[in-house]
Amino acid sequence: MIELEQVAYGYGTGTLLSGVTMSLAQGSFHFLTGPSGAGKTTLMKLCYGELVAEQGKVELFDKNVSEMQRDDVANVRRRIGVVHQDCQFLNHLSLAENVMLPLTVSGRSLHDPSELQELLTWVGLDRQQAAKPPELSGGERQRAALARAVIMSPDVILADEPTGNVDWEMSLRLLQLLVELNRMGKTVMIATHDMNLIRSAKSQVQARVLRISNHQVAVAGANL
Amino acid sequence: MIKPLSKLARLILGDAQADRVVPPTGFTARLTVFASATMAFLAVFALALSLATGRLADRWGEALAKSATIRISAPVDQMDAQILAVTEILATTPGVKEARPLSEDEQRALLEPWFGPDLPLDRLPIPRLVEVIEDDEGIDADGLRARLAGEAPGAILDDHARWREPLVKSATRLRSLGWIAIALITTLAGVVITLAASAALAANEQVIRVLRLIGARDSYIARAFVRRYTLRAFGGAAVGTVLGMLALFLPPAAGPEGGFLTGLGLQGLEWLWPLLIPPFAALVAFFATRHAALSTLQEKR
Repeated sequence: MIELEQVAYGYGTGTLLSGVTMSLAQGSFHFLTGPSGAGKTTLMKLCYGELVAEQGKVELFDKNVSEMQRDDVANVRRRIGVVHQDCQFLNHLSLAENVMLPLTVSGRSLHDPSELQELLTWVGLDRQQAAKPPELSGGERQRAALARAVIMSPDVILADEPTGNVDWEMSLRLLQLLVELNRMGKTVMIATHDMNLIRSAKSQVQARVLRISNHQVAVAGANL
Repeated sequence: MIKPLSKLARLILGDAQADRVVPPTGFTARLTVFASATMAFLAVFALALSLATGRLADRWGEALAKSATIRISAPVDQMDAQILAVTEILATTPGVKEARPLSEDEQRALLEPWFGPDLPLDRLPIPRLVEVIEDDEGIDADGLRARLAGEAPGAILDDHARWREPLVKSATRLRSLGWIAIALITTLAGVVITLAASAALAANEQVIRVLRLIGARDSYIARAFVRRYTLRAFGGAAVGTVLGMLALFLPPAAGPEGGFLTGLGLQGLEWLWPLLIPPFAALVAFFATRHAALSTLQEKR
């Protein structure tokens, strides 16, 4: 699904990532951890083609990102659902319209309109579908971002600090939703520095923990 | 040809969902409407100026080219003989359709604006005028001058060339200036709409980022902006055009005393020309916004 080979990336003169080699296989579940500023978000962006590696090769669905045309990048992103810590929405649209946005921009629609209701019920937002994003709480926004990320039934879900702005109870709820998606065959990678969240996943899913340290990514400890 | 047409059809018919991804209001939206309305209003006047001066150039050119005047200066007791001689010469001159001496009343009417109504023409040594109307062939001015010099020495032919040429040249230049003004207005409209679209794109950076993130192609994002700005430019230009056309009724109607300015307007089928301004403004907005949108999007991953 996603392959990185000897990837390097830096901002200005500083190196953030160097010699990173990793692979996200279909149906796998990964945590990406490391201290703040280690490069978790940068690595995530490399994984959905927002950044292009300065060295090495990033392949998304067997296509080299550096050789992709802009439309190819757009097409690949339709297969990767991304959840950000600072969930980005279009504030003039309702929650339901924001969740539907990936379908809208790709010219598709749901086979059955009740699917949206089901999806919003799944993330616990069925009553807020007419609300505008600024009216939602942090947890509701995170769940809405997750709903938007999965509405296209993507192959991969990348969540960058999805529990950064929510309480512990909501963190567990989001984790549970991501685990459910993984059980449906989706590849999931969660970037987090919350070790409690990683520990709490132990009983629910077989996951690998990747740690960024000294500009490189290594498997941390035993697999969960 | 089919591809641009289908693009245009898609643009006009639109996509209700896609249309909503760009926030509906903002300063740039109002700027586009206002700029388009203003430019269209000015374009109507520039168009009217061009068409009116074109008409004027044609009229002056045709009217003066087909007429000439013979001025006879002679002592009062010889005046009638000179007039007779000139009329006989003209009767046998090829290219003359009609020739007649102006009556005293007609001459008085010509001089009245300058000297008042009580001018004693019979006591003043004022030259008499013979009006010559030419046929399609026209007269040989040099040949006629030579004959007049031999047979009626006090008669001088004025074929209006020295009046006609500068007048026609002026009218033609005014017409060119009108078209240059239209070209400048079009360019300015394009620049203003490009700036407005660029400002809108910059203000909506977050929207663009979200759309790219969820897999929107550049063409989709650009279309959302292009459609909006094209329709705004069309609407603004339509309002400006209607106001401009109404304003053309403000100058008094053209009359014999009115001169050039009262003729600044549109006539007959010329009123259809301004109707092209709104679609043309929309076309300018389409290309200006498309260029701005695609350039801005190229800078983002």
